[in-house]
Amino acid sequence: MLNETTDIELQSVLSRYRRGDQSVLIPVLQAVQEELRYLSPNTIQEISRYLGISLSEAYGVASFYSQFRFSRPGDHTVKVCLGTACHVRRGDLIMETFERELGIHDRETTADGKFSLERVACFGCCALAPVVVVDKEIHGRMRSTGVRKLLKKFEAS
Amino acid sequence: MNTEINVRLAVCSGSGCVSGGSDAIRSALYTALTKHGLAGQVEVRPTGCFGFCERGTIVVAYPGETFYTCVKPQDADAIVEQHILGGKIIEKLLFRDPQTNAVLPTWHGMTFYNKQERRVLRRCGLINPENIDHYLADDGYRALEKVLTTMTPEAVMEEVQRAGLRGRGGAGFPAGLKWRTARQSSGARKFVICNADEGDPGAFMNRSLLEGDPHSVIEGLIIAGYAVGAAQGYMYVRAEYPLAVHRVDIGLRQARERGFLGKNIFESGFDFDIEIRLGAGAFVCGEETALMQSIEGKRGMPMPRPPFPAESGLWGCPTTINNVETLANVPAIVLNGADWFAGLGTAGSKGTKTFALTGKINNTGLVEVPMGITLREIIYDIGGGLHSGKAFKLAQIGGPSGGCIPAKYLDQPIDYESLRALGAMMGSGGLVVMDTDNCAVDVAHYFLSFVQQESCGKCPPCRIGTRQMLLILERIRNGQGEPEDLDRLETLAGIIQRGSLCGLGQTAPNPVLTTLRYFRDEYKAHIFDKKCPGRVCKSLITYSILPEKCNGCTLCARSCPSDAIQGELKQPHIILVDKCLRCGACFEACNREAILIC
Repeated sequence: MLNETTDIELQSVLSRYRRGDQSVLIPVLQAVQEELRYLSPNTIQEISRYLGISLSEAYGVASFYSQFRFSRPGDHTVKVCLGTACHVRRGDLIMETFERELGIHDRETTADGKFSLERVACFGCCALAPVVVVDKEIHGRMRSTGVRKLLKKFEAS
Repeated sequence: MNTEINVRLAVCSGSGCVSGGSDAIRSALYTALTKHGLAGQVEVRPTGCFGFCERGTIVVAYPGETFYTCVKPQDADAIVEQHILGGKIIEKLLFRDPQTNAVLPTWHGMTFYNKQERRVLRRCGLINPENIDHYLADDGYRALEKVLTTMTPEAVMEEVQRAGLRGRGGAGFPAGLKWRTARQSSGARKFVICNADEGDPGAFMNRSLLEGDPHSVIEGLIIAGYAVGAAQGYMYVRAEYPLAVHRVDIGLRQARERGFLGKNIFESGFDFDIEIRLGAGAFVCGEETALMQSIEGKRGMPMPRPPFPAESGLWGCPTTINNVETLANVPAIVLNGADWFAGLGTAGSKGTKTFALTGKINNTGLVEVPMGITLREIIYDIGGGLHSGKAFKLAQIGGPSGGCIPAKYLDQPIDYESLRALGAMMGSGGLVVMDTDNCAVDVAHYFLSFVQQESCGKCPPCRIGTRQMLLILERIRNGQGEPEDLDRLETLAGIIQRGSLCGLGQTAPNPVLTTLRYFRDEYKAHIFDKKCPGRVCKSLITYSILPEKCNGCTLCARSCPSDAIQGELKQPHIILVDKCLRCGACFEACNREAILIC
């Protein structure tokens, strides 16, 4: 069962789409995740019912695409760019430093729920490589020595 | 467009400069203008990417085209007070040519722009991409008008075919021929799709184009729809490109309001509309059959061909898929003619190509060059050479499907065929420059691990083969490579190329094969000597401190996450090899070049 507020939010997203229209599954998953931050098992079940798709098919589609998350993300999401330009400017060392400092790996969340860590393929601002994005804030020309300071800034907020 | 305002500040608002803070610059400029009562007299215009991302944020002041680089919000007062009110150019914000030391007030004469031919990108940096009137004032939708009022679909296809326009997404298939096949296929409903699922890491050409001039792509897609006989188009854009999605969305809405989309366009009886679909983060969806599966709401897994999409595509209907840049070329071909387009380029590859120039290069940016230009011209003239002062080692072209090109081919003219002969491919146009501090094995490993993660899993050669290749590369990087590994890699590569269903799998071994072909000695150094000449592979390098350079400032010791650095203040320090994580923090912290990696 979904709690009441979540259910209201979910229904309001679903109402923008035609019931039973299977071709909008991906746009619906995207819109629901945008609203609820992640896709819980119950949410996916609701979506599959609404669109007339089996649960396994809906989950099969959702799990195919890396955009979709199935657990609650942390308060802050750290995205480390490991596109080619960032890689050749040693973005891997930045990623490792975050992993070490946070004690988590790619696509994991810290036990206190503060931070999630993700590696991403490319933000496309390659002139600023290596790049780290925390929530929506972009930090270019990142150095591994600046990681701790950056995390401190967000820990407080 | 308000023609009364002729003083204008064009502020780059492409993703790169927005990341660098260009929104803050625009509001600072606006505040400064308001302060001096100039808000209504000077236009602050957000534009698409000027291409010179290295020197972002770019602000160009009109009249005069004064080209200000590396502008920060705190420069806004000076721009308004000195440039606009005082009529004086602010020299410290101008570009200074690093070679000649000359200060250049406009982009004319800059080596970065001299060898470029900005055709597709000509409006990026000029117009406000969110304002259709700017596009209309610059010949916008005139090609569509010409097509719908004076040309048959046959004539459109003929013109595009005669121009020699080939697919800019990588494979280089002739666009006109693609349209013709779909036109001739029988079916009541047909579709055209714009593939804007630019997934190559390190490539941002399509994104910049959609952000800077979305209407040119929309117009190209409508013309494609007319040629093919489709009433519905889709733009499949990566969800990771929110700004591009936003501007395409605005563009579609404006085009609809002005009657360029919808019923009976230009009173021609032609009905056409476009819907956006967002890619959900699967690289394989750049492959056309996978992309169509995704639009249908399924897992993005490629389908066997034949039947080709032009015969049986989206929901079983004849479908044409073109890349963003391919479509953006179409309106200009219609207006200027096939001969104009084919006036640039080589025998088999006509027109221009955009590249995202990145890596260890002075001028990172978005460039558009005539086909047939050499790598040397792109890297040394346009790109300004390598910023590290180290020697050029290789250029990676075409992303995970492409390959690595060594220094001896710097003078090879670039076109579809020449790149293929070198084992690389045009791809969509990512061009990453690397120096002697990069490792060829590491680069091959990087791309292969990307493809391995993105393999959809449908065919075993790709799913299992890339995994096995990756394990071998990991072994080599860890110093556990075996002499037979090079042959094993080549055998596996051949199986994957021959046995995979789609382009992703068939081209996945390219980065490994090209590095094996051009940098075999480096693989051997890893396997036999247990050395990484690029000093990248962690298991094969050690960090140490040069006592004669170390002054005991403790910067390195304080930055070390594993307490591996010891020493007294003002005395040379040492690194304990057993505790060292090889994370590079000390190397970054030291400002006396006392850290040695070997």
